[in-house]
Amino acid sequence: MYRYDEFDAKFVKERVAQFRDQVERRLAGELTEDEFKPLRLMNGLYLQLHAYMLRIAVPYGTLNSRQMRMLAHIARKYDKGYGHFTTRTNMQFHWIKLVDVPDILEDLASVEMHCIQTSGNCIRNVTADHFAGATDEEIEDPRPLCEIIRQWSSLHPEFVFLARKFKIAVGATPHDRAALLWHDMPVEIVKNEAGEVGYRVYAGGGMGRTPYIALLMKDFVKREDILAYLEAVLRVYNQDSRRDNIHKQRIKILVNAIGQEEMQRRVEREFEEIKASGSLQLPQEELDRIRAYFAPPKFETLDDKMPVGSYDFENWKKTNVHKHRAPGYAIATISLKAIGQTPGDISHVQMDALADLMDQFGIDEIRVSHEQNLVLPHARKRDLPAIFARLQKLDLATPNSGLITDIIACPGLDYCDLANARSIPIAKDIAKRFENLDRQHDIGELKIKISGCINACGHHHAGHIGILGVDKKGVEYYQILLGGSGAEDASVGNIMGPGFSAHDIGPAVERVVDTYVKLRQSGERFLDTYRRVGMEPFKNMAYLEQMYAAH
Amino acid sequence: MAATPALQVLTANRLRDGAVVYWQAGVWADEFKDADVFNDKAAADAALAAAMVFVKDRVVVNPYLFAVREEAGQIRAIEQREIIRGAGPSVRRDLGKQAKPSMEAFDVSI
Repeated sequence: MYRYDEFDAKFVKERVAQFRDQVERRLAGELTEDEFKPLRLMNGLYLQLHAYMLRIAVPYGTLNSRQMRMLAHIARKYDKGYGHFTTRTNMQFHWIKLVDVPDILEDLASVEMHCIQTSGNCIRNVTADHFAGATDEEIEDPRPLCEIIRQWSSLHPEFVFLARKFKIAVGATPHDRAALLWHDMPVEIVKNEAGEVGYRVYAGGGMGRTPYIALLMKDFVKREDILAYLEAVLRVYNQDSRRDNIHKQRIKILVNAIGQEEMQRRVEREFEEIKASGSLQLPQEELDRIRAYFAPPKFETLDDKMPVGSYDFENWKKTNVHKHRAPGYAIATISLKAIGQTPGDISHVQMDALADLMDQFGIDEIRVSHEQNLVLPHARKRDLPAIFARLQKLDLATPNSGLITDIIACPGLDYCDLANARSIPIAKDIAKRFENLDRQHDIGELKIKISGCINACGHHHAGHIGILGVDKKGVEYYQILLGGSGAEDASVGNIMGPGFSAHDIGPAVERVVDTYVKLRQSGERFLDTYRRVGMEPFKNMAYLEQMYAAH
Repeated sequence: MAATPALQVLTANRLRDGAVVYWQAGVWADEFKDADVFNDKAAADAALAAAMVFVKDRVVVNPYLFAVREEAGQIRAIEQREIIRGAGPSVRRDLGKQAKPSMEAFDVSI
């Protein structure tokens, strides 16, 4: 994985010192809260319901064991013993004291981590496929480009004060695991007809109040031109976005207001200007230098036979073990969705134990997925039974990756200052209803995503079943959306109708799922059935109880 | 314009650690049960104005009034947000102010 060079180390160290000084000035009264707030946000520090919340960047979701241990240390020393992995593949701590933050940042810097660009109107943490470098489906590892984008965009003078936050993801496989098209600027690594590798660039995706799937900007951008093209998109956004209206400031609004063709034309004009200046080329040597950091481990020559084990191990293999590019290796998903637990939460004990497990089994890095799980990208198949046994002891071996209980949920009103309703209790209730593993397997792939407000951190627009928490005169209600997708067949979920109470939402979801089981044709996932039959049959069943009550 | 609620409590977050605090006789208390309850607008507004001195002195940030109600002789927050702020996460009863026995008055179950 990428290691800091002298410049990176100095930059992050200086940033820690700078924030230490800013905190001291705030506490001494030299800075007001209005002056301090943008400074703390630039360092990922929010004031939430119970305390400060610190959001730590996990670039393209990759962590080594030292970094995992450091997160455990921070959870133990400065928080209440746990952290929360987010859909941006970052880590959040929800019980942080302002006075501790400079020390935390210093601890993070010692393992090459920071909180820069995890908040504010800038280019946020660039995400990637969590199977990057391990899957045999990809054209090439997307993370070197993510790292190049990170270096190019960090404190870029044009992009420090964008109209709104800006999210980029990079993918390199036909199967999209990174919710690519829901980003402000998705980048897909592709090959053209001549077999050359380049980039397909989209713009204007996003969730929130006005959900849009990103639209194609350019089908093939040459390698050396990628930064020039990305800069062109950002420059058009910066110049033409609606800074006058907080609800219209994202690039998705601009793209959809002026239309795909006009956006393409404006970007192309900027692109030609930047190219003509010749100032923003990506030299092959630089790409190679960064790529070297992401070279895969030296894979041993191993027997490709998959071990056979207990009933529990076999169930885990069914959903949580995936095909690897190298014989004798596998990709293993560590579910952070144990039934009854908060999606994405992990304790300091679990983090430390995972770091030990990585070291013991020679696994250099672990990945955070946008679905709030962890992934061991390069596990030897022969080690899987021992890894599984260890994970079982840690309550990290839930065999539900991609199943109905693998629910995305934002922190919601239990922690978040912006939330209108709680997400976590709803996720727990639904997981409990579908706890039976045979039933989960029978239902198959079904992605439930829950947000506690319209900001959509829980990706509800992209859920096969999405749930949005709303506030009705101080009482929590939950709307159901059906038909969303965050995969290569990306689509925006449709709102079913009026919201359900916290008490009724779980049973309503269960009736929707039961309807699918009745209506499905052979081989159909929930999403396929919904797309075939439409909203009506699901809606009729979901509101059945209310109809009985009304009569 | 929304009508002023009949009963209100003044709250803020402490600057140094972000903890939730409540106005009690000119100082800040840690627990909701100790908060002053205002039953007239003038007294509530006066407390809010007094709280701004604590903002200037870097003790608290973001003071505001919120509505409460009396039920069976106990004062309770009305909105879920304030119930959770006063108690702690409903999904972690072992954390936050609710972890203390004195917070039995909160009801945050679904």
